[in-house]
Amino acid sequence: MNIPPLKLSGLEPLVVTAETNFINIGERTNVTGSARFARLIREEKYEEALEVALDQVRGGAQILDVNMDEGMLDGKAAMVKFLNLIASEPEIARIPVMIDSSKWEIIEAGLQCVQGKGVVNSISLKEGEEKFLEQARKLKQYGAATVVMAFDEKGQADTYQRRIDICKRSYDLLVDVVKFPRQDIIFDPNIFPVATGIDEHNNYAVDFFNATKWIKENLPGAKVSGGVSNVSFSFRGNNVVREAMHSAFLYHGIKHGMDMGIVNAGMIEVYDEIPKDLLEHVEDVLLNRRDDATERMLAFAEKVKGDGKVKVVDNSWREASVEERLKHALVKGVVDFIEEDTEEARQQYDKPLHVIEGPLMDGMNVVGDLFGAGKMFLPQVVKSARVMKKSVAYLIPYLEEEKKRSGDTKQSKGKILMATVKGDVHDIGKNIVGVVLGCNNYDIVDMGVMVPAEKILDEAVKEDVDIIGLSGLITPSLDEMVHVAEEMERRKMDLPLLIGGATTSRIHTAVKIAPKYSGSVIHVLDASKSVGVATKLMSESKHELIEQVKQEYAELKVGHENRQDEKAHVTFAQAKANRTKITWEGYQPPKPNFLGVKTFDSIPLADIRPYIDWTPFFSTWMLKGKYPAIFENPTVGKEAKKLYDEANEMLDDVIAKSSLTAKAVVGIFPAIADGEDVKIFRDDSRGELLDTLHFLRQQGKKGKDIPNISLADFIAPEASGLKDYIGGFAVSAGFGTKELADKFETDHDDYNSIMIKAVADRLAEALAEMMHEKVRRELWGYASGEALENEELIKERYQGIRPAPGYPACPDHTEKEILFRMLDAQNNTGIELTESYAMFPAASVSGFYFSHPESKYFGLGKVYEDQIDDYTQRKGMDKNVVEQWLAPNLGYK
Amino acid sequence: MSKLKEIAKQRILVLDGAMGTMIQRYKLEEEDFRNEALKDHPKPLKGNNDLLALTRPDVLSEIHAAYFEAGADIAETNTFSSTTIAQADYGLESYVYQLNYESARIAREVADKFTADNPDKPRFVAGSIGPTNRTASISPDVNDPGYRAVTFEDLKTAYYEQAKALLDGGVDAFLVETVFDTLNAKAALVAIDDLNTERNVNVPVMVSGTITDASGRTLSGQTTEAFLISISHMDLLSVGLNCALGASELRPYLQVLSERCDFMVSAHPNAGLPNEFGEYDQSPEEMGEQIKEFMEQGWLNIVGGCCGTTPDHIHEIARLANQFQPRIKEAYVD
Repeated sequence: MNIPPLKLSGLEPLVVTAETNFINIGERTNVTGSARFARLIREEKYEEALEVALDQVRGGAQILDVNMDEGMLDGKAAMVKFLNLIASEPEIARIPVMIDSSKWEIIEAGLQCVQGKGVVNSISLKEGEEKFLEQARKLKQYGAATVVMAFDEKGQADTYQRRIDICKRSYDLLVDVVKFPRQDIIFDPNIFPVATGIDEHNNYAVDFFNATKWIKENLPGAKVSGGVSNVSFSFRGNNVVREAMHSAFLYHGIKHGMDMGIVNAGMIEVYDEIPKDLLEHVEDVLLNRRDDATERMLAFAEKVKGDGKVKVVDNSWREASVEERLKHALVKGVVDFIEEDTEEARQQYDKPLHVIEGPLMDGMNVVGDLFGAGKMFLPQVVKSARVMKKSVAYLIPYLEEEKKRSGDTKQSKGKILMATVKGDVHDIGKNIVGVVLGCNNYDIVDMGVMVPAEKILDEAVKEDVDIIGLSGLITPSLDEMVHVAEEMERRKMDLPLLIGGATTSRIHTAVKIAPKYSGSVIHVLDASKSVGVATKLMSESKHELIEQVKQEYAELKVGHENRQDEKAHVTFAQAKANRTKITWEGYQPPKPNFLGVKTFDSIPLADIRPYIDWTPFFSTWMLKGKYPAIFENPTVGKEAKKLYDEANEMLDDVIAKSSLTAKAVVGIFPAIADGEDVKIFRDDSRGELLDTLHFLRQQGKKGKDIPNISLADFIAPEASGLKDYIGGFAVSAGFGTKELADKFETDHDDYNSIMIKAVADRLAEALAEMMHEKVRRELWGYASGEALENEELIKERYQGIRPAPGYPACPDHTEKEILFRMLDAQNNTGIELTESYAMFPAASVSGFYFSHPESKYFGLGKVYEDQIDDYTQRKGMDKNVVEQWLAPNLGYK
Repeated sequence: MSKLKEIAKQRILVLDGAMGTMIQRYKLEEEDFRNEALKDHPKPLKGNNDLLALTRPDVLSEIHAAYFEAGADIAETNTFSSTTIAQADYGLESYVYQLNYESARIAREVADKFTADNPDKPRFVAGSIGPTNRTASISPDVNDPGYRAVTFEDLKTAYYEQAKALLDGGVDAFLVETVFDTLNAKAALVAIDDLNTERNVNVPVMVSGTITDASGRTLSGQTTEAFLISISHMDLLSVGLNCALGASELRPYLQVLSERCDFMVSAHPNAGLPNEFGEYDQSPEEMGEQIKEFMEQGWLNIVGGCCGTTPDHIHEIARLANQFQPRIKEAYVD
C-alpha cells in the first residue's frame, strides 16, 4: 500500500518519512508534568511560560506538547491564551503543536487557534465508539493528526494483548468509518512506570515495545508515540537514573518502531554515553531481564544520585559591545536583557535620546533591511518592535529628567498629531517618529492605528495641532492618505501634512497626495528627518520649505506623467476612435466679426504693460514663488522685490524712450476638421483651400471616458455641416531688444542685458494675452461681454485656447511654417522664422486660436510609429525629418 | 467527478483577471454605490465594490463578459469582501446574503450565455471567498500579542453565510483566495465542508494562498509547503497562489507547490509588483512571458490574473494556455 508520509506544520513543514529519525515532542509546556510551568501559568506569567516553550524548541523539540489540564486552572482559557501567544513567537511557532488534553472541549478550542496542522493528544474509545467517531470526524475537518490512546470502555490497556486489540479496533474505525488518513493516526500504547515494586508492572516496557512492533507491522501508516518520562516515575529526584532510563527506553522503543515520543528535549543522555554499569541496571528493568532487577536498580540508584544534565544556553552574544547586543536583541526579538543593555547604553551615551537615535535606530534599520531582503518575516518584525518599545519605555523617565535638568522645560515647540491611517495596523515607524519628536520638545498627540480620516481631522481641530503626520505600511494605506488630503482640502484646512511609512514615497506623495491639498504636503523619509522638517515648519522661514517642496513635487509630477505615457499606449486607430466627444448637433460655432488677416503696428507698450504675468519673470531669475506672494517670502522676498522694482524702472524707461517696438498679426479663417487635419479656407464660401494644419493625437492609454485628445477635435468636422473657424497669431515685443542688450554687454552690464531680455519676453507674452482678449471680445467677438482681471487672464479663465506650435499640445515646430504662411507673418510683422523654426526677435509668440468652449490645453505625450507614418504622409514630409523634430515625443526607437 | 475537474485534466483552465482594476475604469462615484434602499445609508459606500452587484449589476456583467470574451473559462464572483466581517466597516452586514446571491447570479447569467454561444467551451463560475479584513492568528495590537480581533467561530459563521448564498446563486465552485492567514482559510474550509454535508453536495473547492513578500511566507508566517500541509486535509480541487507578487516573484513558491501538491495547482499572480503608486503596470506580453515558462515546466492546471490584470492580460494567458498541457500528478488522475 502506498501511503503518503505524515505531514505536519507550524510556520514550517514537518514531514515524517521512513527516513526521518525519531521525533522529539517537547514536554515541558505541560502543567501536569512540570511544576514550574504549572506555577507560571497559574500566576499568569506568560512571558516566562513562553521561555519554557522556547527552551524546548532550542533544545531540539520538533513538536511542542501543550497541556493545561489542571483542576485549579480554566484549562480552555489557558490553552487558548498560550497557543495565541505561541503564534506570535515565530521561533516557537515554527514547529507544529500537540494539543494535549483529556477534555474534548479544550482540544477543540486549541484546534481553533492553530493555523498549521498539529497533533491532538488524544482521543480514545474510553467513552465509547460514538464519541470516538464524532471526535475523529471533527479532527479530520480541522485538519489535525491525532494520538489515539490504547484505552477503551473498560479502561487503559495494560497488557500486550489489550494494547493491540484496542489499537486494532480504533484503527479500523478510523480508517473504515471516518476515512481518517492512516498516516495521521498515532498510537500511544501506554508507557507506564516500571520498577515500582509491583510485580505486574515489570513487563510494562516490554509490552510497550512489542505492541509497538505489532502496530507498525499490522496497522499500515500508523505511528507510535508515548510519554517517555512516565517510565522512570519511581526515580523522581534522581535525574541521572531517569535520564539513563529515558535514553535506553527510547533506544529500544525506536528499534521496535517507535516514531516519536514526548520527552524533555535537550535533557536526554546519549545512549552510548550512559556508563556501562548504569546501563546494565536500567536495561534489566526495562527489558524485565531479572526477577531482582528492581531491587538492584534501586540500590544502584542511591550511588549515582545527581542532577543530571544542566541546561546550557548559548549566550555568547552577551560578550559583544552594548551596541551589538542591542542590535542582536532587536533582530532576534530577545527581550530578556533589553533593560540592562539599554541602561548600559544610557550610561555610555551623553543623552538618553542618543541611545534611541544611535544604536536602537541602527538596529531597527538592520531589521528593516532584513525584512526588505526577505530574510525576516512579519511576525519576527513585530517581535523586534516589541523589544524596541520596551527599550524606549525604559528610557522615557530619563528623557523627561534630562529635559528638566537641562532646563529645557520651556513650552513645547509645537503640537503634532500622529496616526496610522484607516485599514492599517502598523505603528512601529510612527511610534519611533513620535518618540524622536517628543524628545525634541514637540507635544505628540498619538491617535494609534486604523484611524479614519474624519477622526484624525476632528482631533486635529480639537487639539489645535500644528502639524498632522500620517503613517502606513501597506499599499492600500496610500489611497487612504490621498483621502485624508482630500478631506483636508474639503474642510479648507491649512495644516502641513507629513507623510511617512514603508510604502510611502516622495514620488507618490508628489503625484497623488500633494495635488489633492492646497496646503503643504511633505514626505518624510524616516524618523531622523522628521525633526528637521517639523522644526522648519514651525519656524519663521516655513514658507521657504513649503515653496521649495511644492516646486520639487510639481516637477516630479510632470516628469512622472511623461514617463507614464511611455508605458501604456493604444494604437493610433484606437486613439482616433477615442477622440474628444463633442456633440456638434445643436452647437453653433461663433461667427467672427472679421475674417482674414489684420496687422497691428507699433502697439503702445503702456497698453501692454497691465497684461504682464510676473511669475515667470522671477523664475527667469531662478527665484521660486508666485507673484505677488513672493515678496512676502522671508528669503527671496527682498531680492524679488528689488528685481521687480528694477524691471519696472526699465519698463518705465523703455516706454518713455520707445526703445522697444511691439507688433502683431492675427488672422481668422474658415476651417473644417478633416480627420486629424484642419483645412483652412480663404473665405467663407469655403471654395478655395488656403492651407492644411496637421495635428497629433495622444496615444497614452486613458481611463474610461477620458479621450485621446488632438487639437483637431475642437474644430467642427465636415459631417456636422457647421461653419467653424480657426485663428492664428504672431506677436513680438522684441524689436530693439538685441540692440539694447548688445549695448549693455559692451558695457559689461550683464545684469541689464538679461533684464532687458526678460522684460521683452514678458511684454511679448503680455501682448499675446492682450491680442487674445481682443480677438475674443472684438475680432471674433464670441466673448464680447467678457471682463476679466489680469489675475483671471493668467489663470486662463476664458473660453477658447491659444496653443503654440512647439509646445505640449502640438509639439511640431515645423507647423509654424504653415502658420506664418497663413498670416504672412514675416511681411506683416517683421518676425523671422529661422532655419530651426525659432522666431526672431526672441521675444515673440505665435499660435492658433480655438473658440470651442470645450477646447483645452493638454500635453501630447508619447506618440508611436503608426501615427508618425500617417502624419508623415499627411504632411508630405520625410519620415526622418519628422522623427527628428518630434524626437522627445517618440514612444519608440 | 465534477465537470470542472474533468475539463481541468484535459487542458489548462483560465481564470479571469482583476475585478477591482476593471471597476476603477468606470470612475464610479458615491451614487453608483447606492440604490433606493441604500439612499439614506449613513456611511459612505464608495469603494465597497462588492455592493455593485446590487447597485450597478451592468458593470459586473460587462466585466465578466469582457473576461469571457478574452478567453477565461472561470469567472470569479465579485464577492471578495462579501462577509459580515468585511462588510461591518460599511454597516452592511445584513446585505451579505443578497450581495453573494446577486453576484453569483450575475456571473452565472453571463457564463451561461457564453456557454450557450459556444458549448464546446463551457464557462464556470467560482464563488470568490476572501480573507476578510481580520486575522485569526495575528494580534492587531503589538502590545498584546495574545489578543485576537476575530475568532475561528466568528469566521466560520461568516463564511458559512457567504458560501450558502453563493451556492444558492449558482456557483460551480468555491475559491478561497488571497489566504494571508491560514487559520482564516481553515475556518472557511470547515464552513464549506458543513454546507456540503448539509446539502449533500460536493462543490469543488479551490484554495489560493498569498506569499506576501520576499521572505516567501504568508502574512501569518507560513512557508508555502507549511501552508499546503495545513489545508491538505480537505478534498480540494486545487491549491494555488495569488496576489501580492507578480509572476516572476511567484516562481520559486509555485515550484514548491507544483512539486509537493497532491491537488491541481493554480496561480493567478498580479501584473508585476506595484510601482511607487501602488499601481500595476506589467504588460500582458511581459506577464505572459513568465507564465509561459510555468506552463512549459508543467506546473499549472489553472491560471489567471490578480491585481492589475485586465482582459488583455487574460487574452494573452488564454492564448498561451491553449499551447500547453496541464500539470499531471498521479494523485488526481482517478
